[in-house]
Formats: sequence, structure tokens, C-alpha cells
Amino acid sequence: MIRTPLRPLARILKARANGENPDAIQAENLRLRHEDIRDSARNRAEGRLLVLGAMFFCAFLVVGLRMGALASSVPEEPRVAASGNPIIGQRADIVDRNGRILATNLETHSLYAQIPDMVDPERAAIGLAAIFPELDADRLLTDFTGERHFLWIRRQISPEQMQAVHDIGDPGLLFGPREMRLYPNGSVAAHILGGASYGREGVHSAEVIGVAGVERAFDDFLRDPGNEGRPLELSIDLTVQAASERVLQGGMMLMSAKGAASVLMDVRTGEIISMVSLPDFDPNDRPQVLLEGDQSDSPLFNRAVQGVYELGSTFKIFAVAQAIELGLINATTMIDTRGPLQWGRHQIHYFHDYGAQLSATEVIVQSSNIGTARIAVMIGIQRQRDFLDSLGLLAATSVELSEAHSGAPLLPPNWSELSTMTISYGHGLSTSPLHLAAAYSSIVNGGTLVRPTLLRQDRPQFGPRVLSEDVSRIAVDMLRAVVTSGTASFGEVPGYQVGGKTGTADKPRENGGGYYDDKVIATFASVFPADDPQYVLIVTLDEPTVDALGEARRTAGWTAVPVAAEMIRRVAPLLGMRPDVETAAPVGVTLTSN
Amino acid sequence: MRGFLFVFSILGVMGLAFWAYQENYRTQQSLGEVRQLHSNIGAAHQRLNVLKAEWAYLNRPDRLRDLAELNFDRLGLLPLMPDAFGRIDQVEYPVLPLGPILGSIEVSSDNAPQEEDL
Repeated sequence: MIRTPLRPLARILKARANGENPDAIQAENLRLRHEDIRDSARNRAEGRLLVLGAMFFCAFLVVGLRMGALASSVPEEPRVAASGNPIIGQRADIVDRNGRILATNLETHSLYAQIPDMVDPERAAIGLAAIFPELDADRLLTDFTGERHFLWIRRQISPEQMQAVHDIGDPGLLFGPREMRLYPNGSVAAHILGGASYGREGVHSAEVIGVAGVERAFDDFLRDPGNEGRPLELSIDLTVQAASERVLQGGMMLMSAKGAASVLMDVRTGEIISMVSLPDFDPNDRPQVLLEGDQSDSPLFNRAVQGVYELGSTFKIFAVAQAIELGLINATTMIDTRGPLQWGRHQIHYFHDYGAQLSATEVIVQSSNIGTARIAVMIGIQRQRDFLDSLGLLAATSVELSEAHSGAPLLPPNWSELSTMTISYGHGLSTSPLHLAAAYSSIVNGGTLVRPTLLRQDRPQFGPRVLSEDVSRIAVDMLRAVVTSGTASFGEVPGYQVGGKTGTADKPRENGGGYYDDKVIATFASVFPADDPQYVLIVTLDEPTVDALGEARRTAGWTAVPVAAEMIRRVAPLLGMRPDVETAAPVGVTLTSN
Repeated sequence: MRGFLFVFSILGVMGLAFWAYQENYRTQQSLGEVRQLHSNIGAAHQRLNVLKAEWAYLNRPDRLRDLAELNFDRLGLLPLMPDAFGRIDQVEYPVLPLGPILGSIEVSSDNAPQEEDL
């Protein structure tokens, strides 16, 4: 760059000669120079601004285009960043306590029709009706030739059926993948598992949702992909459950009962090892809910959880145990059992008259209504109510089934002294067999509350104390005496020291007018082995009768007890319990001389 | 010097571009392999699931009970009952066969005719 001097000698000399001020020339040149500098700086700044503007324009253009592309394209799963196992997206399996499968999934296909693509609707309709007997060819043809564009034909088809549909060869008949919930054991544990069906359905997939039982109660867990296919472990033992169902089914037929339920529970952990309700159903093919009539006649009805019945004399142990806990009586206190007991215009009778007085143990062993009622009067209304509440008998159980809330006990509308008396021997308060199992467990396990659970536990529940250990021990001894010398003599199983209490309750009439004379609920609440209680088994038969010794018998001692004894005989070895028979002389060193 | 740096950096950029190009294709190939493996694992899982379901179905208690009853003559299987428990000293251990006699002592009368043979 040629730099113009501020004071060019030629112009200075000329200016001096003309008598002008040469400084004006310098000022003028300085001004011109500054203008030049300013212009070039502005040019450069404008250029930079232009470049910056262009850059921003390009950046915004790129961002805008990218956003447009993202918004208008189909979303895609990130492939690299996906953590964990991307494959297991199915509903989780349900397994028993030993890991045997109770519910799993199977890949099947659904069949649908894209009607505009169909080539020969008539042939397709006839072909489909030949493959699926429940479809009607004429109706299919009407659908295929009508206004519709899309038609679901079958939700699930087997591979053989799929091949047969392929053989029809119509391009409008299409298949979508479907996950099918499979219960490989059929009706075993049907009421616990419940069942599953389809929720939202699309062509490419369908949602499997639980409709009852644990499938519904744990729906969120089973569908959570974060579990990575971890199965739901139940406390049920499949073998024990199947054996219990078998025995109970046989017992129900033998006793010509219309229904039966059993609950086998671990007294320390509260785990339900088996829970049976008969009649049952196949969860793979769940029957329809009854639209009219009594829901309790439906096979879907879970008698062990939803069936609230007056469970009769099985409740007597609660009154006696509480009275001993409160120090009102002890096991040998003599109780006045003269009858009938009069309260207002009501009279309390009982089955046999055993004389003027019985000891507290005898009241349980002989099942004296009057004796128990007298003990209940000693306890009083509020204390009885509080105790039954602390055992969980006055609220629905917390068991993890979607039906649990519908098994809420029926309480007397007005808990009077008469209610106290009748409830002490199991009338006037209706509970489910599961309630009874939990309450018996709490009584016999040393006196701490257990809540029934269907999930596998690895440690005992340390619930709040409801009875002292001594009273729990006394109660178990009383229950043992009922079997050895009382109403449950058929309940003896050699080697397992069964203890228990029978209960026979007349069924209330549906229209509310008193009780039936010839319909009973027979219950046996048992605990074994009595020297170290581990399990509680409740067996309930609905309307049993058995002809024995020339007459029709309905009491629990003749009906529920033999069934329960057979069940213990079958189930206890499966639980790994060794019968405690008198052991042979121990092998060892014998002194021959002393 | 400047020229050298210039050439050197251009060569560097070209080298890095070549490396990035290769890495890109290697990554894409790996992704493809992973996808393939995932779909293989998925298919294997599905097969495994079907096998598990079939195993559970074949071992369902009803069927096993029926099979035990059908084959009672051959197998003699009974439900597990309390009398199935025994004590350890009731178990009969098989008598172990005697081992070969090692280091036996030769006696001069070993091959001598026995009295009966005489």
C-alpha cells in the first residue's frame, strides 16, 4: 500500500510561497486518511457481518431441516445406546416356589382380512369356514363383499391352521404376530392365577392384560420391561397344590358337597403353599362371568378368598385363647355349661349335653356353645371385637389377588352382647377360609400376627404380638386334644400330630329368614405338627352329606375332618416333613458291662 | 517451513478423514452384526420359551399322574406317603466286590495236587 505523506513537500513549499498555512494541508490529509481507515473498517465489518449472517442462516437451515426430517419420519429405536437386553419384551412368566412354570407366553398368530386385496372372497369364505368350524361361510361372504375394508377373523390360530389358511392362497388374508398366555398346568391353581386377555389390539401386536387373580394384581410388574424377563415367584408349591386339588376333589365327591375350599399356609412366613377352590376352571379357556343368578355358583368364584361363610365352632379357640391371655380363665377352669342359655328371647343350645360344667379345654374338645358363650360374656363386647380385629378377621385380607377386596367379612350390624355370644362360636360373623387360616396361624405360631401372602418369602414375618407364647402353646395343646379325644377323632394322621377344631355351621337362607336345617358349611381348621406348629390347613365343604353308620351325617367331624386328614397324609411328605413315629432303638455303642 | 506445515496438516486431515471413514463403516458393520445377533438371540429365546412351555405342559401334574397310573405295572409308582420315609441305617448298601489279591505269597504246596484229587 502506498502511504500518502501527511505533509507532501511540494505542496508545503507551494503553500508557503502562497502564504497559506501548511498545517491545513496536514489536517486535510489526516482527515482523508482517517476517512480511508473508517471506510475500510466498515467494509471489513460489513463483510464479517455478512459471513456471520450466512453462517447463522446455514445453521438455522440445517437445524430446521433436521427438525422437519425428524418430525416427518417414522421414529427409530436407538440401536447402540440401548442398555440391557432388548429382546425380552414379553409379559413375564409366573413360577411356583420351586421355579416350575405356572404361566408363560407362546407365539401365535392372529388372522385378519384386508378386504380390498382379496381376489376370490367366495372361495376364501368357504375355505375359512372349512378350517374354523365356528365360522359361518355366508356371514363371512357378506362381510367380505360389504362396505368394510378390514375384518378380524381369529385372535389366535395354531400353526396347522395358519398353514391351512396359507393354502387358501388369498392375498387379502393376513397374519399378525400374537403373544398368547399359556397356563401349562391347566386348571391347577386356576383361581390364584386368574387369567389374561387382550387389551388394545393392533395388527402388529396386542397388549396382554391380566383379568383376574395374580395376573391382574401384578399386571404392572408382569408388563414392566425393566424386569428383563424376571419371573414372578409365587409361594405356591405346584406339586402340593395339585395333590391338594386331587384330594379335595375326591373328598368333595365322596361327601357329595357342591363346593369345597382349602388353604394350606406356613404359620411363620404367611406363605400360602396351596389354595384350592372347587369347582374350578381352565384359565386357558376362562368361562364367562355369570350374568344372572348367584355368583358363588360360578366356577370363577374363589371360595377360599371371596366366599365369606359363618365358619362355626372353629372360632371357639379365639374366645378361649383370649380369655386365657386376659387371665380370666386357665385351661383347667371349670365353665358352667348348663343349658339352654337364655338371652332375651333367644336360646343357645348345643349339640350334646355334657353335664353341668366342663373345663376350658373340655369346652373346646367337646365344642360347647354354651361354655364358649359364657367365656365370651366374661371377655366383653369391646375386647372381643378388638381381639378379632387384631387377628385381621374384621377386614378384607391383604392377599395379592384382585378378588381380595371382595372377600370382606360380614359383620353384625349391631355388635350386641348376643352377637358377642354367637360370634364366640362362629355365628353372626362371616369370614373367608383364608381369614381363618391367617388367624389360626397367628394363634399357633407363638402368637405373632401373620398376613397371608402369595409371594415367596425368605424370612418369617415378625408381626405384632397378639398372644403370649404360653397361651399359644396352650391353644395348640387344646387343638391337639380335639383330635386325640374330641370331635375330630378322624383327623389323626400317624406321625404328624394333627391338632384342629371342627366347625359345622348351618347355611343361612338366601332370603334372610333364618337357617336351613339340612344345609351346612363344614370346616376343619387344623395345625400340624402340634409339637412344633409349621402349617395350618383349612378345609371347608359346602353342603356335604355322607351316609355313615346308617344315617346321613353332615357335621364336620364326619365330612371335613377325614378329607383334611387325607390331605395332610398326602401333602406333609411332599413338604419334606418326616413322620415322627416312635423311632427304633438308636444305633450306637451299648455298654455290655458296667 | 510454512509450506511444510501446510502440506503436513493437509496430509493429516486426509489421513484422519480416511480413518473416520473406515471407522464409520466398521461401526455400521458391527451394528449390523449386533442386530443379527439380537435377532438370533430373540429367535433362540422364542425357541427356548416354546420348549420350556412344552416341558411344563408335558410335566403337568395331571399328565404325570395319568402316566404313573398307566405304567403302574412296570414302574409301580405310588403317591409319596408318610411310610416312604426311612432311616439311614435301613438303607442296604451294595456289597463291594473284593479287589484282586495283590502281593500274594507263593507257597510251595500251591500247585500240589489236593487231597480230593488223589
